[in-house]
Amino acid sequence: MRLDIDDVSVTLGGQDVVAEVSLTVSSGTFTALVGPNGSGKSTLLRTVYRALRPVSGTIRLDGRDLWSMPAAHAARGVGVLMQEQHAGFEFTVAETVALGRTAHLGFFDRLTTTDRAAIAEALDRTGLAPYAERRVGGLSGGERQRVLLARALAGRPRLLILDEPTNHLDVRHQLDILELVRDLDVTVVAALHSLDLAATYADTVAVLKEGRLVAHGPAADVLTPTTIGEVFQVEATVHGVGGRPGFVLKPRCLCPGRPCHWSCRTRPEALLSDAH
Amino acid sequence: MIAIARRLPVRAAAVPYPALVVVLTAALGLSVVIATGLGPVGIPAGEVAGILAHHLTGGGDSTAVSDLIVWRIRFPRVLLSAVAGAGLALAGAIVQGVVRNPVADPYLLGLSHGASVGAVLVLTTGTTVLGALTLPLAAFAGASVAIGVVLVMSSLQGRLLPVRLILVGVAFGHLFAGVTSFMLSRTDSSSAQQQIIFWLLGGLSGTNWATLPIPSAVVGVAAGLLLLRARRLNALVLGEEASAALGLNTGRQRWYLLLLVTLLTGTIVAVSGGIGFVGLIVPHLARMLVGADHRRMLPVTVVLGALFLLWADVAARTLTSPAELPIGVLTAFLGVPCFLLVMRARGLATQETP
Repeated sequence: MRLDIDDVSVTLGGQDVVAEVSLTVSSGTFTALVGPNGSGKSTLLRTVYRALRPVSGTIRLDGRDLWSMPAAHAARGVGVLMQEQHAGFEFTVAETVALGRTAHLGFFDRLTTTDRAAIAEALDRTGLAPYAERRVGGLSGGERQRVLLARALAGRPRLLILDEPTNHLDVRHQLDILELVRDLDVTVVAALHSLDLAATYADTVAVLKEGRLVAHGPAADVLTPTTIGEVFQVEATVHGVGGRPGFVLKPRCLCPGRPCHWSCRTRPEALLSDAH
Repeated sequence: MIAIARRLPVRAAAVPYPALVVVLTAALGLSVVIATGLGPVGIPAGEVAGILAHHLTGGGDSTAVSDLIVWRIRFPRVLLSAVAGAGLALAGAIVQGVVRNPVADPYLLGLSHGASVGAVLVLTTGTTVLGALTLPLAAFAGASVAIGVVLVMSSLQGRLLPVRLILVGVAFGHLFAGVTSFMLSRTDSSSAQQQIIFWLLGGLSGTNWATLPIPSAVVGVAAGLLLLRARRLNALVLGEEASAALGLNTGRQRWYLLLLVTLLTGTIVAVSGGIGFVGLIVPHLARMLVGADHRRMLPVTVVLGALFLLWADVAARTLTSPAELPIGVLTAFLGVPCFLLVMRARGLATQETP
């Protein structure tokens, strides 16, 4: 599924959180959104799964305006995995994954054979079939995130939105999730904190800073020391191990010869005035 | 010598769901017959069953005293207690799901307090402009006005915000309770005061066949509608963000569900007074027994609610016979120990996300 984000702006509490972002994601590709905290990654993604309406601009799925479709219709093509989800009351794994079919339900909320097949397939894919009757509350963080991935997959999405899907997960579980996602035949847009993971798994990287898109292109072209340094305010060194890019990051220090305190990174002028 | 009660490693075996529903439903049927026989004039269950069968198969009234007691007095009241319990429990389950708060019930949204204001207005002024229907209609109107104000105050650009809903509901609940207390303190008639206190604590005395159809129809229809949408309710419990991602129109679902809750609570409170606790506790009991999935939890909630209030009402009318206890007293006395026992046995841990 092709995703077109066209000139989208979002205002929250009077602040422009996303400003005039245009981004096209071709069908079947993996796009990583990177940027510092508060750069608008999550907000932009929320407009794509219709949790937040943009104040201006349009979002199109395969050329059709997302926000003029009925909610269920839009959700049928789009699966979402968020960073932290409160599971509410206690559900079993199977019950949770079945919720991924919500947008497909008819008036009577009955599961069809297609629904059941999709749920079984999602459980299988994520290796959760043996856990089906376990309560989600009793699982580890990594397992719980896999359940939520299965829930997203149960909808048989053609576009998968991942918002920091690997937060709180150990390295092994991070890789498991992204390996699985990459092998799916779907378009993926993922907000990622880890530049290494972005460089490894994404075909395209889009960089956001203060709500604006500052770079967009193949990972190797975008994740350069210059761009990373400017966007995250760090010193970046790129090195490759076994053909995979990797990054060594250090704080960018504005008062050399001293411990790199917070004030040294952000407000050098304040520090100078303190010295006098 | 103090005997130390050792805590048994209780982990009740999971009862298969269909068996549980069958057992509970059978218990409810049996309870109706037994409860109808209990009272100042005891009537054996066999005789009760005979009288009920006679009437339910189209037989006419007889002149026997037991027939009169069973069919005209006790049976409608037993049925109403079951209907009211089922409806209040259902309303509680829905409110807890909508506002995603385990301590929510219709009281928390100001519904019951609003109904009280309507009822107390009628009782203090002694007005009977609408005949026997004056009191229930005033209570229903009070509940509707209350929830209307609460919903308007807690929505922002058409969206209902759950946390604000609770805060506004609690605030207005206090306001309405204040109004009720004010009217109570200003009335000179001690008989009116008696009536008001009794009404506030709930009671089903004076129930006859005419009281029954409207609450039964409302509870029946609401239960049906909610069961049809149980999967959507499951999605709603996950919160706004997740349910939006799953393609649920959360705003519309919340409005729809709260309207149903208003209708349920308003109708029941109108005929039974302010019976508390059922809506809060019974849904939790049901969740502890069968888990959180609304498709299984709602039917169990309905039957448990019916059973619970049925026996609470039996206790209310027999314990201090010939006087009657307010049923609210009994729901508290029966409900709290029952809830705590089940919670200890099953472990509320399953409800908490570590």
